[in-house]
Amino acid sequence: MSLREVVYCGVCSYPPEYCEFTGKLKRCKVWLKENHPERYTQLYGANDEEEEEANDVAAVGKKLGESSIGEERENKLEKDLLKLQTKQENREQRELAKKLSSKVIIKREARTKRKFIVAISGLEVFEIDMKKLAKTFASKFATGCSVSKNVEKKEEVVIQGDVLEDVEAYIHSLLKEKGMENVKVETIDTKKKKKPTTETK
Amino acid sequence: MFKKFTRDDIHSRSNVKSSIQRTLKTKLVNQYPQLEPVIDELIPKKSQVEVIKCEDKIQLYAVNGEVLFFQQFDELIPSLKLVHKFPEAYPTVQVDRGAIKFVLSGANIMCPGLTSPGAKLPDAPGFEKDSVVIINAENKDSALAIGRLLMSTEDIKSINKGHGVELIHHLGDPLWNFSIE
Repeated sequence: MSLREVVYCGVCSYPPEYCEFTGKLKRCKVWLKENHPERYTQLYGANDEEEEEANDVAAVGKKLGESSIGEERENKLEKDLLKLQTKQENREQRELAKKLSSKVIIKREARTKRKFIVAISGLEVFEIDMKKLAKTFASKFATGCSVSKNVEKKEEVVIQGDVLEDVEAYIHSLLKEKGMENVKVETIDTKKKKKPTTETK
Repeated sequence: MFKKFTRDDIHSRSNVKSSIQRTLKTKLVNQYPQLEPVIDELIPKKSQVEVIKCEDKIQLYAVNGEVLFFQQFDELIPSLKLVHKFPEAYPTVQVDRGAIKFVLSGANIMCPGLTSPGAKLPDAPGFEKDSVVIINAENKDSALAIGRLLMSTEDIKSINKGHGVELIHHLGDPLWNFSIE
């Protein structure tokens, strides 16, 4: 007796036989084919070309289960799953569009005399953990760094000290890692004002 | 149980003493006797078990950053990751294909989904009411959920109406997606 190794889908995190229920089936299949080809053939059959043609839930449903719930209910299930899939795809597209259209804003603000803070906003769209980022910045630049709400009630990372360029470079590399190189990163450099900015934190 | 579960629900994290770890292991084996031959593989003697206390007195136990089981009251409930590693050790019921969709969105399992041709219930005497079962699905290898029986399996067969299993933990719920770094 020994433990079983279970493969989990890299796209939807389920065991691969449940991929059809997530609505991400297409991407799941691509992933599985690349990473575990033998499992792929087991689940979806070996005839690749044909599979490409009929790349929808219905075909998979037939392969996966000689089901016992009756033709009618099976058809309904397939239809529902197909609907789910299209819905999911639309959502993903919307999210991607949102990601592409939004931008990261890095702002340098003057505090008293020769002191500056750098505020980064617009990160929440890109699924970046702000708290963790604040921690890394704090140790990277050896300064205070925290997450706080800005004027528009959005979260932003505030770094004490004049580190605009370094932050910009780091954010670029971070986004590149996430595969989103085309995201706009805007830097705003507010000139030193006579009285300190209204920002309290 | 894990319909809503986020990082904010975590109250504390701490390492478990090795003596308590030993008791935990015996308790787990007592509950699921068939785990005995593999328990040292699941929780190696040298490993460090971590306890994560959460809202509603839920405690998660993690080994090597993976939540293996949890408890709310006295009973230890295995997580799906643990179930997948060694599915033979737990009482199992099977639902038909039509039910998978609903189970994956966290619904309680209705009796007809457990009694139809594609489903499987154990033969008499079956399992008692309130026992924890893992839920498998037709033509699938791995379990997709863990639940608690709301009536005994014999009752499910005879009454065949209403809620049969209360869902505790299923694929894709916040506990499944939960990760400790």
